[in-house]
Amino acid sequence: MDDFLAARSQMALSLGFHIIFSCIGMVMPFFMAVSHYKWLKTNDEVYKNLTKAWSKGVAIFFATGAVSGTMLSFELGLLWPKFMEHAGPIFGMPFSLEGTAFFIEAIALGFFLYGWNKLNKWFHWFTGMVVGVSGLASGILVVAANAWMNSPAGFDFVDGKYLNIDPIQAMFNKAWFSQALHMCLAAFTATGFAVAGVHALMILRNQNKEFHLKAFKIAAVFACIGALLQPLSGDISAKDVAERQPAKLAAMEALYKTEKPAPLLIGGIVNEKDKTVKGAIKIPGALSFLAHGDFKAEVKGLDKIPEDEHPPVAITHYAFQIMVGIGTLLAIISSIYFINLLRKKPLLEKRWLLKLFVLAVPLGYIALEAGWVVTEVGRQPWIIYGIMRTKDAVTPMPGIAYSFYIFSAIYLSLSCIVTFLLYRQIKMVPVLYNNSETETSNH
Amino acid sequence: MEYVVIAFLCLGILLYFLLGGADFGAGIIELFTSTKNRSRTRKTMYQAIGPVWEANHMWLIIAIVILFVGFPHIYTTMSVYLHIPLLIMLIGIIARGTAFVFRHYDAVKDDMQWLYNRIFRYSSFITALFLGIIAGSLISGHIDSEANDFVSAYIFSWLNWFSIAVGFFTVSLCGFLAAIYLIGETTDEHDKRRFIRKAEFMNIAAVIFGAMVFIAAELDNIPLIDWVFKNAVGLTAIILASLSLILLWYLLIKGKTKVLRILAGFQVTMILLAISYAHFPNFIQLKNGNAISLFETVGPEKTIYSLGLALLLGSILILPFLGYLFYKFQKKEE
Repeated sequence: MDDFLAARSQMALSLGFHIIFSCIGMVMPFFMAVSHYKWLKTNDEVYKNLTKAWSKGVAIFFATGAVSGTMLSFELGLLWPKFMEHAGPIFGMPFSLEGTAFFIEAIALGFFLYGWNKLNKWFHWFTGMVVGVSGLASGILVVAANAWMNSPAGFDFVDGKYLNIDPIQAMFNKAWFSQALHMCLAAFTATGFAVAGVHALMILRNQNKEFHLKAFKIAAVFACIGALLQPLSGDISAKDVAERQPAKLAAMEALYKTEKPAPLLIGGIVNEKDKTVKGAIKIPGALSFLAHGDFKAEVKGLDKIPEDEHPPVAITHYAFQIMVGIGTLLAIISSIYFINLLRKKPLLEKRWLLKLFVLAVPLGYIALEAGWVVTEVGRQPWIIYGIMRTKDAVTPMPGIAYSFYIFSAIYLSLSCIVTFLLYRQIKMVPVLYNNSETETSNH
Repeated sequence: MEYVVIAFLCLGILLYFLLGGADFGAGIIELFTSTKNRSRTRKTMYQAIGPVWEANHMWLIIAIVILFVGFPHIYTTMSVYLHIPLLIMLIGIIARGTAFVFRHYDAVKDDMQWLYNRIFRYSSFITALFLGIIAGSLISGHIDSEANDFVSAYIFSWLNWFSIAVGFFTVSLCGFLAAIYLIGETTDEHDKRRFIRKAEFMNIAAVIFGAMVFIAAELDNIPLIDWVFKNAVGLTAIILASLSLILLWYLLIKGKTKVLRILAGFQVTMILLAISYAHFPNFIQLKNGNAISLFETVGPEKTIYSLGLALLLGSILILPFLGYLFYKFQKKEE
């Protein structure tokens, strides 16, 4: 494996790993806070147990997200020193603010986890909320840094030099809003569906129904609202990408030739050599509409972009199809869930709906990773869009392949252990929380 | 504003050494605890550092963010030439961070605990060792930006007697800090005596390794003695550290624990000051005799201004909250 490919793979692996853990760590505190609020308001022990059970999940995910994030802050330099040398001072602002947000999150988590029976109950609840809010804030800030790579701002690039650096302007770059919105909704949707699905499975297995039903309802509401809003945010993103990064949009849709009006391709096999797509369903004019809000508009194809600035088309196109496909499916499940709620049908009778949720456990994260692939691979060959190429940023140190193998092994084993821990947490629910549950049902 | 940023950088590094160091030390202490006492040590340790565990490691993030935003040339030089020790330290951080949380939050306490414990202990040791090696390498003058072959560019930059001696010195200091911290966290007389013995043991180890750092510096032709003793600040710091050592032993033997923590923190601060003062503002010594200075590689003005502002704002939010956390979960003194 050559060093450049190894460096890219290691970075992709680290980010792909970190993104899942940080999304869970950023969203689950909100579920926890809702359940905690209900416990304080209703005095129903089940909610207290649920809060405690979820907080253990948060602790595990937060710790894993924190160490993989620490890893990343070094990895940027270890793998891409020439990028960091120039980019650090320009896009560093969101990182320094993120440091604060992350610090506050860690402190608040300390209060929350160890604060049972030691703090004023509303202050305790408040610290749980702080965990969620500061986690969300740090997520939004980190996305600002990535958005800057897609939409560089806050400096003048003159003769290979970075002049007139303005970090504030760099932070408020054009891609930030659309990317951050899309990322946050994705985090809520994916985590919501994963959590709801796991509890749905336990309901189907008839274990601790009251506990799992309450858990399911909280998570499902977040998931379904997220999934229904996501297409709107996707539309904002599409229009934004069409304007700023036509090469990325063309790769997403495998649009080799500029067309007016341009059709939307669904599926299909991309042949990068012949620059053709076989077997895709074509919807005439739909891409023109999605990209520019007009069924007759021209959409720039890859033929208008120099060959050496083309992103890998097949990967970007497939990843985009996966993301949109799953997103649509989750939005449909969400609509069914809300219709069901409006009709006030008892959920326990709709076993097929619960089964759909179980099916959706991994789907949200697959879509989230696919979306990440679209934005990162679609930006290639640039590390700073239009300014610096990824291959010019890589470390001079040889032998990166070995560090890639080591980290693959580490992340793989960590994923296994975390899954194993969660499995045990869920398996132990009857033992850990049953007594108090029977107590409450006796009341 | 660059002074504000540099002050925060120094503060971040110092606090990471003290607080993060005490965390590493907890694992190191566990490594040197007899099997029958281990579970008691673990319990005390968990009560002591559990609540502040995550917060202690944020200082590293703060320091590294300041480096890559404000002093990118320093950050990238470190990343390139100290790639391997940084990588090992990071693996250590990942392993111990996750093992610590996993062993507490595993719903079933079975043989897996054995694995978590093992990982936690050994990775604590390795992380502290390599943190020291990295610190030593920055000033050892073995980083060769003109090297042409792999070994002298990426291996000998950190693999030398001096860096390794600093590594072991760091390990013993971390163990010492942790033992002192734990003394104040236990109520049990037996445990208290046990931690006092550990503190004494680690302190002796630190003195021995400290001496070895000087010997290694001579072997590697590093003018460490000049750096430490030929300027007033370094000399004063060393004298203060030595005086506090005597006081510390007196208090240890008497079993007075309240002042111990402050004294131990003070001592480590003085040691760091003594070693680094002569170099300031140089951050990295290169093999060709040049040095990379904080002032010469400082980022553009607007960046430093906004970074400084972000740090000041952040500390207004963080410090009271953090102080309250430490205060709230302190063991109540009788």
